[in-house]
Amino acid sequence: MSVLKWTYEVDGTDFTRAGEASSNLKKKLRALGIPAEVIRKVSIALYEGEINMVIHADGGVITIEMSPDRIDMILADHGKGIPDIEQAMQAGWSTAADEVRSLGFGAGMGLPNMKKNSDEMRIESTVGVGTTVYMTVYINGGPKKADA
Amino acid sequence: MTPIAFAEKNGLRVINVGCGQERSIEGAYCGDLLSMVMGRAKENDAFVTVMANVNTIAVAVLADVACVILCEGIHFDDMSLTRAEQQEVCVLESDEPAFAVALKLGKELGLC
Repeated sequence: MSVLKWTYEVDGTDFTRAGEASSNLKKKLRALGIPAEVIRKVSIALYEGEINMVIHADGGVITIEMSPDRIDMILADHGKGIPDIEQAMQAGWSTAADEVRSLGFGAGMGLPNMKKNSDEMRIESTVGVGTTVYMTVYINGGPKKADA
Repeated sequence: MTPIAFAEKNGLRVINVGCGQERSIEGAYCGDLLSMVMGRAKENDAFVTVMANVNTIAVAVLADVACVILCEGIHFDDMSLTRAEQQEVCVLESDEPAFAVALKLGKELGLC
């Protein structure tokens, strides 16, 4: 089974550049003829992830692996970590700065949006060490969401 | 109706044509909280907002909306407009509030 793999460095110093990885991946997936709804889910989930990496973690590395039936996204940072993942997953919960909020983010929608737009999502985080988010979007249906 | 046709009929300024002559407005979404917009706006919606920064353009691209309509006489900065040109995002401007623009969209879409 062939697997395509891409890696993106996320610059944690420039909020306006967040989205470059998701825009770039979107173009690649379009060129590969991936269904529009799959592309939309991947793009939104990844963009929210990028924003989080810039807001909370001074950047990080995104790895994308695509096989014929699924797209796996791994977002790894060495930021401050998430003390309480369950709390962070709640819509409306946010620790973002006012500056970020004034730009239209930081309202506690990021992680819920990532979960909503991925078919599987898992977060591993250690305070003071960093966070890794694993997201999968299935191509052509795949197994359904357990909580759908 | 294309975004450009909507602009011409309703007196909105066309700031960047982008894909505005090829795409069709099929719905609308009003909002300034970009995470909310990204999660809720649908493909081919007109995205009505007062949030004018480069991330607005990024969200428009990722959510695949038909156009961005900036209300209340607010303008994008040069960096945002450059990004809109690069990404072929149709950008319109209105001096009216979002609600007034939404009403016009609603009429054109046959919703009110």
